Amino acid sequence: MNLRALLAGAMLAIGVCASAAPASPPIQVQHAWIRWLPARLPVAGYAVIVNDGDGLLRLTGASSPDYAMVMLHHSRLAQGDSTMEMVDHLDIPAHGSAELAPGGYHLMLMHATRAIEPGDKVPVILQFAGGTSLQVDFSVLPANASGPPVSD
Amino acid sequence: MPLARFLPRWLLPACAALLLAACAAQPQWQLNDVKGHLPDLKFQMTNDLGQPVTAATYHGKLVLLYFGYTHCPDVCPLTLVHLHTVLQKLGKPADDVRILFVTVDPVRDTVPVLHQYVTAFDPRIVGLTGTQDAIAQLAKRYRAFYQRETPKTASGDYEVTHSSAIYIFDRQGRARLLATPGDSNDAILHDLKILAEQPT
Repeated sequence: MNLRALLAGAMLAIGVCASAAPASPPIQVQHAWIRWLPARLPVAGYAVIVNDGDGLLRLTGASSPDYAMVMLHHSRLAQGDSTMEMVDHLDIPAHGSAELAPGGYHLMLMHATRAIEPGDKVPVILQFAGGTSLQVDFSVLPANASGPPVSD
Repeated sequence: MPLARFLPRWLLPACAALLLAACAAQPQWQLNDVKGHLPDLKFQMTNDLGQPVTAATYHGKLVLLYFGYTHCPDVCPLTLVHLHTVLQKLGKPADDVRILFVTVDPVRDTVPVLHQYVTAFDPRIVGLTGTQDAIAQLAKRYRAFYQRETPKTASGDYEVTHSSAIYIFDRQGRARLLATPGDSNDAILHDLKILAEQPT
């Protein structure tokens, strides 16, 4: 077994451990990514939040050690005009999911506290109503990426 | 033996008529055909290298005009990524296409920021800035709208609401097509292919 395979195996084991850890309520975050932009411009974060629980899950905010400010935003296209509005929550139905996706709901991360480059991981703490929070690593993808690889 | 002898007498003229009609027919555009409804491309601005440019600079190119700003992390990148994808699919003819990204936020969008932003998406995107007046005039010319919103945070960060349409011009700078966010990448690709093949 070469080093790469060994590393991959170790990473897989860590991944399995993380998802097997008892979580309450059961929340899974998939395909978490940030579209990188130059010049420390504000960037958008996207993910799919899956609620495996029996009750409604409400995302109320987010923060990151890499950005001074993280806000939940919603892009709207009204009569051909594009506008962004701040929203205070996003509901994820019981046994359902909600998508933070380009052109819709997204996290807006502003004022980077360090230089971020494509390929980096940015830790984001998602806060849910009821006091639950979850830290997720968002992959930083190039500006012209369409999204994370399907296998991610 | 000539094939025509076996065909009905009326068929050949009918075929010829059909062919003629096909040649004269308007292309089947999938985007909004705005030919004759919007004025020719005209502006005096500065590109993302700090050079003065006018519509004449892009004579001979197919131009896609879009109004946006760099502190726009969601919709503007989404639009630019769509156009980048379309140009990739268009292949060689895309060398003759320029996407003009006109800032509606000239205060924050300095030439270097604009340059870094547009080149992160595609080398065929040109960032344009200018005086508030020049930008307002260009927007007005194409009935585009933009408005700086009041800051919603203590840090003074503000958003700019802006029209999301893409105006497409032929090699002579004539306004030909209008794409809106409802139009698919395939529709834009389809129409750009036709426009790229049209004689100048």
